[in-house]
Amino acid sequence: MSRSQFAPEARAAVVFVLPALTLITLFFILPVIGGFVLSLTDFDIYSVGNTANTRFVGAENYTQLSSNKVFWQALRNTLYFAFVGCPLTILIALAAALLLNAKVARFKALFRTIYFAPVVTTIVAVAVVWRYLYHPRVGLLNRALSVVGIEAIDWLGDPRWALPAVILMAVWKNFGYSAVIFLAALQNVPEDLYEAARVDGAGPIRQFWSVTLPSLAPTMIFVTIITAIGYVQLFAEVYVMTPDGGPLNSTLSIVMLMYREGFRWWNMGDAAAVAFALFAIVILMSVILMLTRKRWARA
Amino acid sequence: MSPRRLFTSVAVHTALTIGAVLTVIPLLWMLSASLMPQGEATAFPPRLLPSRVTFEHYLDLFNRLRLGRSFLNSTIVAVFSTIFSLLFNTMAGYAFAKLRFRGRDRIFSLLVAALAIPAQVAMLPLFLLLKTMGLVNTYVGAMLPLMATIYGIFLIRQFMVSLPDDLIAAARIDGASEFRIYWSIVLPLARPVLATLAIFTFMSAWNDFIWPLIILTDDDKYTLPVAVANLVGEHALDLELMMASSVITILPVLLLFFFLQKQYIAGLMAGGVKG
Repeated sequence: MSRSQFAPEARAAVVFVLPALTLITLFFILPVIGGFVLSLTDFDIYSVGNTANTRFVGAENYTQLSSNKVFWQALRNTLYFAFVGCPLTILIALAAALLLNAKVARFKALFRTIYFAPVVTTIVAVAVVWRYLYHPRVGLLNRALSVVGIEAIDWLGDPRWALPAVILMAVWKNFGYSAVIFLAALQNVPEDLYEAARVDGAGPIRQFWSVTLPSLAPTMIFVTIITAIGYVQLFAEVYVMTPDGGPLNSTLSIVMLMYREGFRWWNMGDAAAVAFALFAIVILMSVILMLTRKRWARA
Repeated sequence: MSPRRLFTSVAVHTALTIGAVLTVIPLLWMLSASLMPQGEATAFPPRLLPSRVTFEHYLDLFNRLRLGRSFLNSTIVAVFSTIFSLLFNTMAGYAFAKLRFRGRDRIFSLLVAALAIPAQVAMLPLFLLLKTMGLVNTYVGAMLPLMATIYGIFLIRQFMVSLPDDLIAAARIDGASEFRIYWSIVLPLARPVLATLAIFTFMSAWNDFIWPLIILTDDDKYTLPVAVANLVGEHALDLELMMASSVITILPVLLLFFFLQKQYIAGLMAGGVKG
């Protein structure tokens, strides 16, 4: 095939991809590269007024970060949120999907819709609702607990409870997403596998362990990592429920720290270094996702 | 029905119902409290339903606190983000799926690799860039990250790859222009994925918080989430009012989801990326 045969097609292709690629390059790719450059400077409030006030400082922001207690706390909080919140979300999602997939279950569409509804809601708005549910005196949660004789807990004001409270809300908000993905995977498990297991004398529990769970493994890895990547970007929930990092910075997340440093105090060099810490975590998770997917594809 | 099957059925439905009740309680309580007279939601003993239904908080939000303005801002940002996203992403997605040009596959795999980069990484320099362009505190500034997205291109491309090549080749032989082929043949066939992309874009624009919080500096321009986050700081004690503001924010996306559930779930499966 000669090149000229493609010429009009190739010309059209350039026109078709140009608007999107220009926007993505200019307003995403370049800023990402710019962010790395920014993280190597001392860009601060004086630079916002006049960029001539910016100096190149090499890795200084990163070394400062590594000796900054608040940064480590934000990192710890973020990973705690992800590593506790993620398995909880997945477990509840799996339970919901198994129930929805049960042969005897009726009104499946209705239940699925209800479980999924929190996923599409606006985080800020539901965080406002949960802020009141957690209110120590008038919140529904403490009122319900007082019925069974549990004393009032200051959920969002107590450094021991603030982050677990945010996790509970996140589980409520997100389990429906994984449940729907699990449900689709469950419906794809071939019936013959169960048939064969039954012939071999496997009961329901045995069938779950040796047929259902192995068939779900690739989906499980996928939703776990997607959920974890979402969770390490925790921001709106804590911004609304526990302003300014919560009691003793107990809910300060990486993105919250980036926002505070960058857009409240205009320490944009430091903030950019924080952003790249997030970048490193997310890339690491994506690489794990890709490697495990490849492995499953080969198996 | 055997006793064993009956028992399973009762157990499954009990569990499903408990799960459903726990899931809807926060949303129903939000709705109920938003309709209570001032102070009733925090009174003792606690009430679950309003003693009389009142819309005073909704009126107060629209008349005194000008939340209607934010509702309009959210609508403008979400609608125009969706229109631009549909146009730009389908053009690019189609080219990556069906048109042959040099470097196509290499560029596409670079884009897919960049999908892993969290948006927050770009936000600081993007803010500075838009500041020099005079786009801080403008609708365009708020919309820019959603107008063309790697995820959107990816979603469209995956769908369009499976469209039949013969159709496009036949149209070309008939002398149709490349734009005409895209507009009159490809887009109508891609209607299901267009619906999915539209819903996803609209919802992420409507629900987005951190970017509008950064780029919109004036309360005249605030979208609903930014306005509500601001309100809760000033009116923390006014529970019924805050619940009404949450209802106003959530209701549009929740209704959209109820009516377009099928397309939304289909997109979730096709993209396999968090919506």
